[in-house]
Amino acid sequence: MPFQSQGVAKYYFMAAIALFAGQILFGLIMGLQYVWGDFLFPAIPFNVARMVHTNLLIVWLLFGFMGGAYYLIPEESETELYSTKLAMLLFWVFLIAGALTIVGYLAVPYATLAKYTGNDLLETMGREFLEQPLITKVGIVIVALGFLFNITMTVLKGRKTAISTVLLLGLWGLAVFFLFSFYNPVNVVEDKFFWWWTVHLWVEGVWELILGALLAFVLIKVTGVDREVIEKWLYVIITLTLVTGVIGTGHHYFWIGTPEYWQWWGSIFSALEPIPFFAMTVFAFNMVNRRRREHPNRAATLWALGTGVMAFLGAGVWGFLHTLAPVNYYTHGTQITAAHGHMAFYGAYAMVVLCMISYAMPIMRGRAANSNKAQVLEMWSFWLMTIAMVFITLFLTAAGILQVWLQRVSDTPLPFMVVQDKISLFYWMREWTGVVFLIGLVLYILSFFVKGEEQAKAA
Amino acid sequence: MSGAFTKSMARNIFYGGTVFFFLLFLALSFDTHQALPKRDHRAEITPQIAHGKKLVEVNNCIGCHTLMGEGAYFAPELGNAIARLGGREGIKGFIKSRPAEGIPGRRSMPQFNFSDDDLEAIAAYLEHVNKIDDANWPPNIQG
Repeated sequence: MPFQSQGVAKYYFMAAIALFAGQILFGLIMGLQYVWGDFLFPAIPFNVARMVHTNLLIVWLLFGFMGGAYYLIPEESETELYSTKLAMLLFWVFLIAGALTIVGYLAVPYATLAKYTGNDLLETMGREFLEQPLITKVGIVIVALGFLFNITMTVLKGRKTAISTVLLLGLWGLAVFFLFSFYNPVNVVEDKFFWWWTVHLWVEGVWELILGALLAFVLIKVTGVDREVIEKWLYVIITLTLVTGVIGTGHHYFWIGTPEYWQWWGSIFSALEPIPFFAMTVFAFNMVNRRRREHPNRAATLWALGTGVMAFLGAGVWGFLHTLAPVNYYTHGTQITAAHGHMAFYGAYAMVVLCMISYAMPIMRGRAANSNKAQVLEMWSFWLMTIAMVFITLFLTAAGILQVWLQRVSDTPLPFMVVQDKISLFYWMREWTGVVFLIGLVLYILSFFVKGEEQAKAA
Repeated sequence: MSGAFTKSMARNIFYGGTVFFFLLFLALSFDTHQALPKRDHRAEITPQIAHGKKLVEVNNCIGCHTLMGEGAYFAPELGNAIARLGGREGIKGFIKSRPAEGIPGRRSMPQFNFSDDDLEAIAAYLEHVNKIDDANWPPNIQG
């Protein structure tokens, strides 16, 4: 690797993968609870497993983004990181804070955790994805500020590129919109309104800037296509993202007490949200087809193409499926939402982090690419996890369509729990597909330990 | 993406477009907040209702349930639960009667051991949520 300090990324990536494994384990527990209702009850009730599952996802993606930034920024800026020590210190702070939070979720009842972590001072807990205790939230802000200071100083003292600017914008946006997680008005409509300013403006806003920047960086490296071309595409994609995605927040304002005009604004703008993802797919394939070099890391190229396609399918197509207000009236808060959530997060964010890891990890370990044997195993894991996720999404979609019909559309709507029993076949199929995903993940982790003839040393 | 369209043009469109649409979003949000008091009945929020909201949060109810469609999809919708379970007494009775060790083979809500005041607050909060004008969602009583 060109700069010594890029090496801190390795710690962030290792933590990301470990937490990813934890996320999948708890996903399987929840999947089982869907069909075997009292599995682990009352030791690990569903809500606890779900908090662990979703919070681990968020935390491992943040580790991935930070690791990605620590790797990317020095190389783009052509200078060492402002402070390697700070990066390492924040790594341990974030890892320990994250681990303690998960232990807290599992070890004590949530209400007890809230009581002893200062929730009475400022009530922020108990809202989906933002379940973290106040002290953890404050910790996240401190880590984020230290991290942003570190990489911003690095960019300021070095070369400024479009990629590093977009990445910085995305990361600063991430920190700024997280601040809305501290605002929890007693009026539930306002609470929900601003809750989305963190959740939606993250995943359908600023995170896409991070996604675009990481993908553009890897594409420059593996294809050798001219930076001017790639950066122009990057700007076009993120323009489409924010032009559609910001007003697209409106698709969450259909049924939470907000005025009906959001049904128009939300439907129209979020119907356009697949366009940037489609552009990203075209972009990735285009750049790989126009490649000027044959990079030995074929696995990283596969992840780069995969993230484009899967983000388009998961976020774009599956998002569009239920985003128009007349459709969403029936699908809101069903397994259709879950189907979309799974493929979108995997395709857009999990895969781009795995892509960055795939590209950077071999270089940090002193080679341009892993041995052929290791790459083949990594590509097996890519296909197993990706195909498993496609089927998880399809089974949840089938469950969702049946749920919508039986519970909301038919002439004799059935109660929620009755419907859940009737569609349990699809939950079983989802669970078994989840096991395939886990096998893919195990192979992925094993691929780091496969030796074999090494490729040429990194430049 | 031909030669006439340069990177700096793309960058300017990005900044211009983002700022424009973000300002539009702020304007819509401002308008929404002018309209909200009539729809969310905030004037009726009592300390008891506020306490109910807090209890729903610190017990992570949306970790299993949805509330106006948002949350987890493991257990029934809460927004209209007061109507579905037959009023405040129905809500309180249901929460109180959950077996601590669950129901063999089935999903069951944990036993939270709420005091009577807490149960009353939760019921009051759910009654409040049910009154919010949310464009007639959910489609029917089953949530």
